[in-house]
Amino acid sequence: MPLDQSFVGRSYPPSPPYEVGREKIREFADAVGETSPVHRDPEAARAAGYPDVIAPPTFAIIVSLKANDVLIEDPDLGLDYTRVVHGDQTFIHHRPITVGDRLTVVLHVDGITSRMGNDMLTIRAEVSTEDGEPVTTGRCTLVVRGEDA
Amino acid sequence: MIRASEVSVGDELPPLSLRITRADLVRYAGASGDLNPIHWSDRFAREVGLPGVIAHGMLTMGLAGRIVTQWAGDPGAVLEYGVRFGRPVPVPDDDEGALVEVTGKVTKVLEDGTFKVNVTASFEGKSVLGGASARVRLP
Repeated sequence: MPLDQSFVGRSYPPSPPYEVGREKIREFADAVGETSPVHRDPEAARAAGYPDVIAPPTFAIIVSLKANDVLIEDPDLGLDYTRVVHGDQTFIHHRPITVGDRLTVVLHVDGITSRMGNDMLTIRAEVSTEDGEPVTTGRCTLVVRGEDA
Repeated sequence: MIRASEVSVGDELPPLSLRITRADLVRYAGASGDLNPIHWSDRFAREVGLPGVIAHGMLTMGLAGRIVTQWAGDPGAVLEYGVRFGRPVPVPDDDEGALVEVTGKVTKVLEDGTFKVNVTASFEGKSVLGGASARVRLP
């Protein structure tokens, strides 16, 4: 069943706040091999001009992955997540994600196209602080493999 | 930290060789919250038509991004980073893991003075990240 085109333009309510922790940044930096002290040491981060420890450039995937749950759980969309493959991903940083940020995500469905039996769902995750300060814009394409693909 | 005045279009970044093992996949699964079993269960991966466990595309993206952050000297200098996920990187259950080669090249100076850097990542000579690029602000 192709996805319903009328979902294009839809957005979902902001996700519950995610508080960015010091140890989570360190853990993520270790996992992607980022060795910079600005991910670990507040003094080094301040010396580099940041208010506190900052996250690596792809850290925003943590909050955008969580935010995707609203798509998976939307019965009207009918997305079969077991058939979903991550097609592409871009992060545009308005400023680095920083320790103590309380981030919420508003998910927008920017496009739905169909190609060779696969549905392509273009999603935009607007990541901001609870107070509404823009932090990161994530864009991704989710490819929903068709039954025969 | 490298300065804008030291950078020209055509500059190549110091290349990276990444060795990805099963332990790296487990660590990334925990750190990112991406617990999809195709990244840790051979049985499940084969059931969905894969040759075996594959690396998270986002892990390859994150690891490959180091070519830019290390060159820039400041991870916060990366204003934008995007990739297309090409062919998967199978990661065998041994000590060798998978070897991914990463290159980067400065391709453009944008109107606002930021630099566009194109990144490639390949496994066994074939591209695993398509159209990967970063936009970087240098002092």
